[in-house]
Order: sequence, then C-alpha cells, then structure tokens
Amino acid sequence: MAYMHIGKDFVPPDVNGKVTGRIKYAEDYTREGMVYARLLTSPIPHARVVNIDATEALAMDGVFGLLTADDVYPDGEPQSTGLKVLTNEPTLVGEPILALAAIDEKTAETAISKISVTFERLPFVLDPLDSLAEGGPDAYNGGNTYVFRQGFATEKWSADQVASFRAGNEPTAEPQQTFAYGDLDAALASSAFVYESAFTTAGYPHQSMEPRSAMAYWENGKLYLHGTSQSLSALADGMASIVGVPQEDFVFINEATGGGFGQRARANSIPSMAIPAKMSQKINRPVMMRVTRDEETAIGGARQGFQGWIKCGFKADGTMAAADLYIISDNGGKGGGGDAYSAADCISILYQTEAVRFRGTSIGSNTGHRGAQRGPGQNQIAAIIAPILDKAAQELGIDRLKIREINTPTNGDVGGAQRTPFTSAYMPEALKMGAEQFNLAERITRSRQRNGSKVTGIGIGQGYHNAGRSGMDGIVRLTADGRLKVHNGVGNLGTYSYASTSRAAAEVLQMPWEHVDVVTGRTDRHLPITSPQDGSNSIFTNTRTNYGAAQDLLAKMKEITAMELGGDASDYDFGDERVFKSADKSVGMSFAQIAQKGIELGGKFTGESDLPEELNDFTKISVTRLAGESLMGIYHDAPHNNNPPGFTVTFTEIEMDVETGKYDIIDMVTIGDCGTVVHPQGLKNQLVGGAVWGIGLAGYERHLYDPQNGLPASTGYWQSKIPTMMDTPSKIRTGWVDLPDPENPVGARGIGEPAMGAVAASLASAISDSLDGHLFNSAPVTADMIINHVAGVTSDAIPLAQNNFRG
Amino acid sequence: MNLNLTRRRFIKGVIASGAAATTTGVWVAANGASRPAGAVERMIRININGQVRTVDVAPQETLASTLRYKLGLTGTKLGCNRGECGACTVLVDDVSTYACSVLTHSVKNGRVETVEGLEAADGTLHPVQQAFVEELSPQCGYCTPGQIMAAVGLLRENPSPTREEARMGLSGNICRCGSYDSYLDGVMRAAQIG
Ligand code: FES
Ligand code: FES
Repeated sequence: MAYMHIGKDFVPPDVNGKVTGRIKYAEDYTREGMVYARLLTSPIPHARVVNIDATEALAMDGVFGLLTADDVYPDGEPQSTGLKVLTNEPTLVGEPILALAAIDEKTAETAISKISVTFERLPFVLDPLDSLAEGGPDAYNGGNTYVFRQGFATEKWSADQVASFRAGNEPTAEPQQTFAYGDLDAALASSAFVYESAFTTAGYPHQSMEPRSAMAYWENGKLYLHGTSQSLSALADGMASIVGVPQEDFVFINEATGGGFGQRARANSIPSMAIPAKMSQKINRPVMMRVTRDEETAIGGARQGFQGWIKCGFKADGTMAAADLYIISDNGGKGGGGDAYSAADCISILYQTEAVRFRGTSIGSNTGHRGAQRGPGQNQIAAIIAPILDKAAQELGIDRLKIREINTPTNGDVGGAQRTPFTSAYMPEALKMGAEQFNLAERITRSRQRNGSKVTGIGIGQGYHNAGRSGMDGIVRLTADGRLKVHNGVGNLGTYSYASTSRAAAEVLQMPWEHVDVVTGRTDRHLPITSPQDGSNSIFTNTRTNYGAAQDLLAKMKEITAMELGGDASDYDFGDERVFKSADKSVGMSFAQIAQKGIELGGKFTGESDLPEELNDFTKISVTRLAGESLMGIYHDAPHNNNPPGFTVTFTEIEMDVETGKYDIIDMVTIGDCGTVVHPQGLKNQLVGGAVWGIGLAGYERHLYDPQNGLPASTGYWQSKIPTMMDTPSKIRTGWVDLPDPENPVGARGIGEPAMGAVAASLASAISDSLDGHLFNSAPVTADMIINHVAGVTSDAIPLAQNNFRG
Repeated sequence: MNLNLTRRRFIKGVIASGAAATTTGVWVAANGASRPAGAVERMIRININGQVRTVDVAPQETLASTLRYKLGLTGTKLGCNRGECGACTVLVDDVSTYACSVLTHSVKNGRVETVEGLEAADGTLHPVQQAFVEELSPQCGYCTPGQIMAAVGLLRENPSPTREEARMGLSGNICRCGSYDSYLDGVMRAAQIG
C-alpha cells in the first residue's frame, strides 16, 4: 500500500533540540527562588529508622526544611512492596530516608551531615537462595516474598532442597506461581534428546543516562513538576495520586527523557519525583532535587536475576516437544517484576513448544530495586535457550537454522500461557531474510575454525515480546488556520514514537507533515491518556488511537461540509487539504474553512458534547479544557484480543580469543518482524540499540554486592559494565520484514524489546559455538568464565550465586 | 582524549584547592559557595564559545558546574559527574575533555567550546549536528551533546577518519540507548559534508 507518511523517514521535531543542546531535561530548568534538596539514603541494606534528630541541621542558616517518611505517609507507610517516596524501613542501600532543602547543595549536604539517624540494623540477604533456605534471613520486614493482593509472606525450603537445587537438580518445593499446558510427561517420553540443567542470569541496573532529577513548584494551588518519564500522560496520571494532588491541579512537564528502559514508565517506579513536589509544598519554594549516579544506580531499577532449572525435550525431527522450567526470580529490595512467568511464556511462543510447565517463586534480596527492564524475562531466557537449541541440533544432526525454522511461530499460530492467537507472525520470513543477508550458508562453514588462539563462533538468536495494547484514547484537532494538532501523551523517550505514531493521523487526512503539530511535552497542553510507553507497545497502541481520532475528525469534516454545501457526508471525498463533492471536485471547502465552521457550530464538533462514553477520565479533563477552541477528533480505542508479537532474529559471527576470553564481533545482522514499518530510522535505532543491550546481557552486565556488609560494588556505568562503543561492532546490519499486521490500521507492531533478546541469544549461541558447543547456562558469560572453561578450571564460585560470586 | 591525563589534572587541581572530592559529594564540591583557606582568585575570565565571560568560580568548581549552573549552558550534560560517561564532553583548546573532571580554574587561559557554540549565527547547524540529524543519530539525546563534541574534536584532528578511527575517537562516550551505530553513521556523514 502506498502511504504518504508511513514507512518514510522524517525529522522528528525534537532532534534539532537534541543536537543543539537546547532541548531541556528536568535538571536543565531553573526557577526564581529555587532551592536545592539533597537526600540522606540508607547506608545499610536492611534496617529500621528508630530516630531522626535534625535539630542542629534545621538551625543552620540557609536550611529551609526537612521531609521524612512521616511527612509523606502520615498514616504510616503502605505495607507493600515497591519503592516508597521516603522510608523508615529501608531494604536496600541507597534507599532515600529523608530530604533536606537549603539555599544551595553544599549547605544542604553539610546540614545532612549534621543529622543523626539511628538505625536498627536488621538481618540482610543478598542471594535469594540463602533467604529461601530454612533459617535464612528475610529481605523484607514481613517475610521474603510478596503475594499479589495478599501481602508479605515467607517461603522456606529445607537446607537439603536448596543444596540439591544448587547442585543442579530439579527443585521439589511447591512454587508460588505455575502455568502448564499439554502433556509434559508424554512430550518428554516422545523426545529423542532431553537437556536438563540449572541456570542463572544476573541482575543488573538500568543505568539510564539521565539521573532521575526533578524540580517542582506550586502556583495558584497547582503543582508544576519537571521530571523524567517514558510515558508522559500515563506517568502523570499515577504521579498525581502519589503526591496526593487532584489530576486537575497537576502539571507534569517532560520535554525529553534521558532513557528509561522500563523504570520510568509508571509513576510507582519513580516515586522520588514526589520528593521535590512535597518539599516545595512544605516550604513554599521551588525545589530542585538533583540525583547523583550513585543514587540513580540504587533506586533506578534493576533487572530480575534468575536462579533456574530447565528441562527441554526435542523430538527426532527437531520439534521442541517439552519445556519444563522452575525459576526463583530475585525480587531485590523492593519487590516487583513478573520476569519468570514471561520467560516461560516466551519459550512457548518462540518455539511453539507442545507442552510447557512453568513453576516460579519470587524471593527478595537486599539488593537494587527490581522492575521491568527491556524485555523483562523474555530476554534473560533468550540467552539461555539459544545454546540449548544448538545443542539439540547437534545431538539430533539437524542444521542450526533448520531447528529454528521447524519450531518457528508463524501466522495462525497461538502461543504462551494463555494460548493466545497472534495478530500476525512473520518469523519464518525474518529467519530467511536474516540467513540470506548474513550469508549463513557460507559462514557456517567457518564455525569452530581455529586460527592461532582465535576461534570463529556463529550464533543465531530469536527474540520476542508482546508488542501492542489497546483501550487508550486519541485527540486530534483542526485549528482555524487549517493546521492539524495531534495531542500525544506517549512521552519522549528517544524512540520518536511520540512523533511517528502521530503520523498515522496525518496519513488519514493526507496532510503534509509541515502542516502538522505534535502537541506533547507537558500535561497542561491537554493530552489524551496513553498506555505507559513500555512493553514495545507504543507503535501499535498509539497509531490505533491517532488513526481513530483522525477518522473521527474526518467524519465530522465531511458532515460539516455536507451541512454547508448540501447532500450527505457520504457524498464527499477529500484531498489536498480540502473536502469536496465526489461528483464535482470544485465544490468543496478547505480544511481551514471547515475548522472555522466547526468552531462556529460548537457542540460535538468542538468537544463540548457527545464525547465517546468510554473515554478515560484523564482524557476527559483534557478534552474539557480544549473544548470550543477547534474542530476535534476524539476516539476511544476498543480493546483488541489477540497478541501482536514483536519478533527479531539475529545472526552473529564472533572471533573468540581463547587465551584472553575476549572476542570481537565480526558481523551482526538483525532483522525485525514488526508489521509495517512506520519510521525506518527509528526502527533501525531500536534494532541497533537493542543489539547493544543484548550484547550487555549476554556478555557483560551484572551487579555485585559485598557479601559481608551488603554494600553495592557496582554503583556506576563502569562497574555495571554497560557496553561501550568498543564492546560493540562498529557496524550492525539491520533489516525488516515489513509485512502488515491486520489488527493495526497502518499494519504496525512494536520491536524495542525483542531487538535485545535476539542479539543476546545470538551472542550466547556464538560464544558457545566458538567453545565447541560448551553450555555455560549463564548470562552474562564473561571473559573470566571463558578462560576458566578453556583452562579446565572449575570455578569456585557458589553454584547459582546471585548478586555476588562468593568464590 | 587522554582520560588519564584529564583525571590526573583534575585530582591535582582538587588537591591544590584543598577541596574534597568524593563520588557522592561531587555535587557539593562542584557547587560550593564557601571558600577554603588559601587565596584563590574567584572572578575569572574564560573564553567560552568565542566570548570572554567573567564568572565567579569557587576554587573547587568543575567546568561542567560553571557551564551549567553559572552560565546557563545546560547543553553540557552530567551523566555521572565522575569521568565515566562522556555526557559532559566539551572542547578545551580543541581537545575533547570531560567537563565534570576538570576544574574551571585550570582552563581559565584556555578556549572552551560547548555544544551551544557550534551553530552559526544564522542558525545553520555545524556539519556534525547536521549529519546527526540526517542519520537520526540520537535516541534519548542525553549523551548527544557529548557525542557531538567528541566528534567535532575528532574531525578537527582527523577530518577523514575511517569508521574504526571514529569508533576509537568516540569510545569515551557512553550511550545507554546503544545508538553507537547511528552515531558512527553520523560521524562518517559529517566527514563527507565536512
Ligand atoms: S558526566 Fe562527565 S564523564 Fe560522565
Ligand atoms: S541517546 Fe540516550 S544515552 Fe545516548
């Protein structure tokens, strides 16, 4: 289908600001009379605050006030997991205890040094299995786990059960969570090759580049909060209730966000922004709270680590008959995350496994706050399962691409725990395209070839994430000058989807992009509610809403023209920014004339009446405030049922130096299946960015804690070992299938998360290939692990250790 | 950039000024209003983006702090404030330098260039900026000013780098969005636009 905007590159409105430094992030703002808040954070991993004596600090010149958990939660802290704004019950090092505001940061810091906080130390635990063992310490005050809607609970295994698991055996204890389908025993019995092993994947911090600094002030009873967010309106919706201010009186300002990766999608993952808001309310001054890298590392989120056991059965023809998983997922210091369930779900979808059983239990540790991180669950397991697939291919004498083709999801398939049908699935096409572009047939002949200390490894990986939501709203407006305003609440995360999804509206109206304004950046510009910009959903979700709103606008435009020029709306067509009689193109009105007439008519044309009944409350406030100004298209997107998958496949060649355990990525080809491509440059960025994240997951990233005191050893970029330019290939080749999804009006689905999973899988597969098919059953696989393996040295780290090696 | 050199210069400078530098206390050291014992000139003149600016600088103040908080040049970003990421990269006498890790006093006789100084008076973008727009190099954009300044520094020294040389030249700049490939595409295009 020939589109005017879809599938075409364009210059997103904010790029100029990014290359000139003019675009503003939260910390770039100042305000007359602004003072500075600094945090006192917990120096110990698990404690209870017994007393805070701030007398001396508050008596200092230039100190304006103190904010504690008692101020934020006068009725007591909520007894649930999740980060609090401030807490008297810290469960991780770096958790904010109090904030103090002063004339400048030095004064604030000096005053904080004069505050005496008495902590009661509580037992802490770093490794979930240590907590799971009978008699082991619990990370939380009410236990070591949290059961949804039930509260804190305690899960304990016998010492023997834990030891048996660490020794690589199937756990026998009752899990918290399960799903299963198919006849697992029969599937295993029918398998010609069965692989069984314990495995571990590391937790590691998000390390978004912009620390979560925020600035707030109150004016005329309204709160203005400059913050950082992946999802402008969805986050604002939740943030208002965290601060305790009615939505109508809350303005969230967020022109640009320096990365989020899952931990700035929803208000409850970034409650620290409420600190300057509350402080400002208390001391009646604008308050800036700058957050340091250490603080960002502590509260900025971390991926859940897995301590797991997997058993996979493959039939002689390569079909994956069975997958049985038992995963202990590390809930960290504040709980959160459903990664383990998603991991099992992902295997079921990616490999169309005939029988799957998932058993999982989440256990806390007094380590970083956990929450969704790019492909939460799907991407950890992608790195574990790919080498297993290779092993099965080798044992069964099947080509490594072939075994993936045999098991691939495709159109008409169902997948996952709920056996949900796909909206569409073009993984076979992606595999074919990738293999051709990579020239797999020729390259595979180099697999495991040795040249001095260098060995070639070839890897193939696949990634999946469900990529599209519904039930959201759209607002578009045509102003009296004939310009189209697309109100977009997606948030400016760096995907440019706030702009690219707006192009669906321009597409409907066939309007040149120069005549379109994307209205975003702050909630007092009156935005519709959108889904949080996470889970690779924005392209699917918000092209649906913007398309629908533009169609509503178009229908109204035709109706107005018919009222003016006679006949029925169905007698009219449109083009070149005019609505005209289908029978006589010369009879018509320009978009500007129609807008002017619509404003005159008012009522349903300008958002003053007849709003869609299901419109979300957040959107209703925006529509009400915009009503009467312009001709409006308003839309509520009815929920859809099926699963719009995002799929990626990646092919990688590495050259492993078996003397150093270091490898060079010689070539990488990564192909997306995300329906119709909306914005090629944006898609390419998601694919290459996801690749860098995948390289980090499979090869480098982890966080470590000192086992004696529970102090974090990884408090910044370097120690967490996020990939630099030197760890990644200087060119990553990208491509896409570009076939439309029928449940999206422009055919689009998301891609951000599987783009990472496929690369992690492919690199893990290549590393294994370069080492004669050795399976580490671990992510990351680091240079020391490789050298130890090559040297035949058994690591003396504790098996399945999480958050530290203790070797 | 010689990271070791700039770190060493920074540490020497801090010792000379008598200020404390800790990883967690960097904001404080950078913004301190009070003056440690020992006379250090406070009102200094520095050449920033071709203009000589007079600014009141505390002895232990970093260049990033002066630029952002005294001069309002917020294009220079702080990702770590301790020499790990390159978000604060500026040019000092054409050499790309972590502005969070040099003291303002140490560059007072130098020529400082920030991202704000690249655009021509008529709004024409610098070739690196233009190339980064055309290649859509930035994602979230937070590391972008640093990447741009590192690229400008590289291209002054080596106007026609190979992709590998460009990779080396920008390797001191982390991009958590992982947009490295697109930044390198941008540098190579900038070298062509020249
Ligand atoms: S802010 Fe200067 S190197 Fe990170
Ligand atoms: S573009 Fe986001 S950190 Fe580089």
